[in-house]
Order: sequence, then structure tokens, then C-alpha cells
Amino acid sequence: MTRTRLLIVPPLLFLVVFFVYPIAAMLARSVTGTQGGVTLQTYAAVLKEPVYLLILANTFRIAAIVTAACLLVGYPTAYFLSQVAGNRAPVYLAFIAVPYFTSVLVRTYAWMVLLGRDGLINHVLVGLHLAPQPVKLLYTDFGVVVGMTYVLLPYMIVALYAVMEGIDRTLVRAAAAFGASPWERFRRVFFPLSLPGVVGGSLLVFVIALGFFITPALMGGPSDQMIAMLIQTAVEQLLNWNLASVLGTLLLAATLIGLILYDRLVGLEKLIGGGAL
Amino acid sequence: MTLRLFCLAVIVFLIAPVIILVPVALSSVSYLSFPPPGWSLRWFSDFFSDPGWLSALFYSVRLSVIVAFVATALSLCAALSFVRGALLFRKAIYLVVLAPMIVPEIITTIALYFLFAKLHLVGTGTAIVIGQSVLAIPVATILISSVLAGYDIRLEQAAIVHGASPMQAFARITVPLVAPGIVAALLFSFLGAFDNLLIALFMASPLQQTLPVRIWSMVQFEMQPVIAAVGVIVSALGAAVLVAGASLQSRSRAALAEAQAMAAQA
Repeated sequence: MTRTRLLIVPPLLFLVVFFVYPIAAMLARSVTGTQGGVTLQTYAAVLKEPVYLLILANTFRIAAIVTAACLLVGYPTAYFLSQVAGNRAPVYLAFIAVPYFTSVLVRTYAWMVLLGRDGLINHVLVGLHLAPQPVKLLYTDFGVVVGMTYVLLPYMIVALYAVMEGIDRTLVRAAAAFGASPWERFRRVFFPLSLPGVVGGSLLVFVIALGFFITPALMGGPSDQMIAMLIQTAVEQLLNWNLASVLGTLLLAATLIGLILYDRLVGLEKLIGGGAL
Repeated sequence: MTLRLFCLAVIVFLIAPVIILVPVALSSVSYLSFPPPGWSLRWFSDFFSDPGWLSALFYSVRLSVIVAFVATALSLCAALSFVRGALLFRKAIYLVVLAPMIVPEIITTIALYFLFAKLHLVGTGTAIVIGQSVLAIPVATILISSVLAGYDIRLEQAAIVHGASPMQAFARITVPLVAPGIVAALLFSFLGAFDNLLIALFMASPLQQTLPVRIWSMVQFEMQPVIAAVGVIVSALGAAVLVAGASLQSRSRAALAEAQAMAAQA
């Protein structure tokens, strides 16, 4: 048993050297001045630069829209899954997980093909005379939101389904026995009980959306920059590591706040399936 | 009824873009158009005759295989000590092991980039392997622990009672029993590394691109159907890896059942 305990040393050492230490160094760099010494000057510079503020605001705005879109599409889907016979739900869930087995890059490219000027969607729009000429869908807000919703929707569905599946059906039946209409049963019994899933799924999707890089970079226009893209620009083009560290720290703080809330409301172990640990 | 249609529409929304790649990859023209005006295999033959694409593919496969083994070996250690050992600071250590899954990838990537730039490791395969292994460890650890937690430690103790050394008991009993988890960990680590863009985007040398980096640099400037062909090939490879893994898993599950039956008899 004591020797089993020692097995933690190699993985822990690996992660401390290549994960914990580099991130601690990044946090330290965010409060380091150009001449050394502890200072908040880079934070001040970020908060004074309208372009950076705009990108930060954009990041939160896009993440919020994507979260709303996932919720709008995901809630009815998860509700349906929670109502079908127990043995059929896993089949639906398997279909919902299919996109996960192809690369994010390739999936984003597929959406670029669909939404492009000469893509399928524009063919249908023009063919049905819904639009006089091809509409610009790609390289817009719309493109980014569709692409990100596509990637994040399964997370929302699974988070909602996990809660809905656990709702005690006898409560809904009891409401029916007392004469509540189907709509009332849903609104006053099922929906309130499903709220932890709504809050949890939304937090989860929002937090993941904040750090998105590939989809906004490929499907967005110049005004759809998000923080992860700005971090990449800061490192690779501006060669400004302090700026990148400040932005990284801000993104990390926002992510951790979201996840701590998630943990309080739903419990993090649900998300990572760590029941075994 | 309406709900069922809605759910089916969602499933179509999720699957259609993956399927749409096939006709695009078979397009006969070089500009992007859907549906394509004619059919051909030219994009597949372009891929297989282009040394740039092939070397990116082989480089990605090679690195991802190494990542799969590194991450799985480390995760096996972590899982064994979590499930079996009476760890001090268990909760804190657990958080460290799972944190790479929680911290946004761009942050892990730049933090490692700063470290590797100082160590002059940027532009090496080692840097990519280390970075992608960090990202792979949480999922691999969860996969192995969940299998490990599900079986009876007395099987191993019985082997030791019957004269096996702890090392023998580990190699002959524990490893075969945890095999489904190990296979799953290898698979998911491989696929995660094979798909990873950010680490390689920062760490790869300009002379040797990984497959995602090459796709990335092409998609930004032109959307030629060759990328759809690459997508089809990559997805087929992913599916093949998963199917191979699933069959390996069911075989090791059968072995597990057999071993437990034998142990029960003993």
C-alpha cells in the first residue's frame, strides 16, 4: 500500500513541472514590469486600450449568445431524451456524440463550406427565392455563433439530461392527479426541478466558450475577435509576453469563477465523471 | 411528436456537417461549391501524392502514438495511487491531475510556450509531446480509475498468497484486468493529440508541421476541397482507431470475466 502511494510521484512531478509551474510563472509575469519588479502597469495598459476592452466585451457577448442558443436548442432536446424509454436514450445520446469523433478543425471547415457564398445554405436561400443573391453568412457574428453552438451543444444537452433524468416522475404524476394541466405540470413542477441543469449547463458552456480559438478565428470577421485570438496575437506577433500573461490571467480568473459557481450549484464531480475517484 | 421531430432535427444538425465533407471531397472543381458540379477522386490523389501532406500526416501519427504511451503510463500511475493508495492531500493532488481539463487550452499552451522558449525546446517534437501529454492526462486518468475501481483487489492478493511476487501479480493480474481502461486511455490520448492544434501551432518548427497545423494554415487562406479530403481521411482514421479499440476492449472484458470466474472457483 505504501508503495502504491509512491506511484503518484511521476505523474505529479510531470504536471508540477510542465503545468503548475508554467502557469504560476505566467501569473507572476502578469504583475511583472518591463524592468522587473511587481507592478500592475500591464493591467492598467489593457484597461486603457479601447481595442482590448472591445475584444474582452466581445468575448463575453459571443459566449453569452452561444450559451443562450445552446440552451434554446438543448432544453427541448434533453427534455425529449428524458421522456423516451430508458433503453432508447443512450442511442440518441450516441448520435449526439458523433461529432466528437472528428476533429474540431475539420468540423469548422465543414461549416465554412455550408455557410460560404457558394455553399449549400446560400443555394437553398437563392433557389427558394428567399434571398435575391447569396447572403454573407461566413465571417460574421452569425457564422461564429452557429459554429460555436455546433461544437458546444452536446455539452449542454448532456448537462441538462443528467439532471432531468434524476427528476422524480411521481411528483409530475402527483400534480396530474391534483388536476394540473400538462403545461402547468411542466411549468410548476418539472421546469423548476430542472433548473440546476439549466444553470450548470449554461455555466459550463459559457466558460468553455470564453476560451474558444479555432471557430471564431476561422468563421468570424475582423469584429468577432475573442480573447484567445488576442492572446495568440500578443505572443506570436506583438511578442508581448506580459500582455499575453495579463490576458491569460483574466481568462483564467473568469473560467475559475464560472467553475466554482458550477461546483457550488451542481458539483464538479458530475462534470468530470469522477465518481470512481 | 413535435419534440421527437425537433430532436431528430438537432441530430441532423449535429451529423450533417460531418457527412457533407464526403461529396465536397469528391468534387471535380478546385473552387468551393456545394453541391459540386462534377465528381472525381483528384483531391484524394492530390493528398497522397503531396509530400507536404504525407509528411504532416506521418509526423502527427508518430507524435500522437508517443503521447498516447506517455500519457497512459503516467495516468496509470496516478489512477493506481488514487484508487489504491491512502494519499495525503488527496483532494489537492486530484485537482492538479484534472486541472489541465479545466484550464482553457490557450492558457496551458502559452504558459508552456514561455517555459520552452527559455529552455530552447520550441520547435522540437519533445515540446509538442510534453504539451499534448499534459492535456491528455485528465481524461486518461478518469478512464483508467473508473475501470480500476470496479474490480476486486483480492484477485491480486490471491495471486500473492499463491506465491506470485508483487511485480508478477501486477503484470499478470492487474494489467490484464485494467486493460479495458488502458486501451481506452491510449485511444483517447491518441485522438486528442492527433486533433490538437494549439500546442503544435506554438511549438512546431516551421519546417515540420503537424496535420492540424497544416490544415489550419491552408484553411485561413483558401478553402480547397483537398481539405475536405483530408477531413474524410482523418475521420476515417479516427473511426478505425475507435473500432479497433472497441474490439480490443470487448476481448479484454471477456478475459476479465474469465479471470474472475476462475478466481471465484479458487
